Amino acid sequence: MPNDKRGGHMTDWWTLAVILGLAVVTVVTRSFFFISSRPWHLPHWAQRGLQYAPIAALAAVIAPELVMTQGHLIASWQDARIYGAVAGIAFYIWRRGAGQAVLGTIVVGMAVYLPLHLGLGW
Amino acid sequence: MTALSAAGRLRHALSALARHPEFRRGARDISGVAPGMAAWGLMTGVAMINSGMSVFESVAMTLLVFAGSSQLAAIPLIAAGAPVWVILATSFCVNLRFVVFSAHLRSYVMHMPRTLRLLVGYVTADMTYVLFVRRFAQPPADSAQRQAQLAYLTGCGGLSWASWQTASLLGIALAQWIPVRWGLGFAGILALIGVTCSLTTTRMRRISAGVAGAAAVAAFALPFKLNIMVAIAAAVALSLLLESPAPPDRKPAE
Repeated sequence: MPNDKRGGHMTDWWTLAVILGLAVVTVVTRSFFFISSRPWHLPHWAQRGLQYAPIAALAAVIAPELVMTQGHLIASWQDARIYGAVAGIAFYIWRRGAGQAVLGTIVVGMAVYLPLHLGLGW
Repeated sequence: MTALSAAGRLRHALSALARHPEFRRGARDISGVAPGMAAWGLMTGVAMINSGMSVFESVAMTLLVFAGSSQLAAIPLIAAGAPVWVILATSFCVNLRFVVFSAHLRSYVMHMPRTLRLLVGYVTADMTYVLFVRRFAQPPADSAQRQAQLAYLTGCGGLSWASWQTASLLGIALAQWIPVRWGLGFAGILALIGVTCSLTTTRMRRISAGVAGAAAVAAFALPFKLNIMVAIAAAVALSLLLESPAPPDRKPAE
């Protein structure tokens, strides 16, 4: 499909080749330590440490998304993300153990976030 | 003939997996997160079109790459015509957390043939990995557990792939009517928050989350989203230091 929005220095074939390369990167990174079939074992301390990797990775992705804008800490409390996140967490703690607490976290968080963000411009 | 019987065997194996109770369990676990992921996928579709990629390129990227943060990092580089190796290296660095996850998953999947392992790797994005190791604290010990874990992965990974793709394709189709400034992508962050809450079952894990969050903010200026890797390394290292020395037969923390 021709693409006239972009400069003429790139062809679709170039972009499609990049996309194929990105797909290979997805498979290689997600399978990295089990591509090879050779027997090999993680050291015991690493296995214990990896128990903390999931929550650490999630927290590392979330925290900057809540308290930073354009690479800087936010300086104002008028930020819809904070109130959306607090509402979502509060709902999770209240409904903990009940079915679909995560879904409720999303719904309640957005119900607080969207009016502040779209209505007040926070 | 051989190909036909291979296809028949595959169909048979898949229908056996789909009837397994863990298949439904995996699908149910991911369905709680799916709306947030879908909002994120929707905004990724919008972002691809808005960057100037053609519809065909955007559809190809969504169907093949299946990695939101890697796509979002690559989109501006593609639009700017950056060298291929820079785009691929950036994507690799953004995906480094998956390399860590693959070390964790290795003992769970080594019993499978390599092609199946690569397929499992491909569908195991953040949420599938987190939910899978939350459900199964230990690698499979016998063939019944192998079947149960594969069924869970199929249900969880399959539904997550399908809902992400549906949402992204919808985003590509609706791009001109959904402005990025609405901030619908925040639902994806809320989904991550919900799953993080569900993992805070021990004090050490809460400490790990706090350390990782603070480190990711402090190291934010690093290129290629390397702050994520710094944060994981800091949190895991500190947790190992603080953890009370465990007797060798102690079960890993839930």
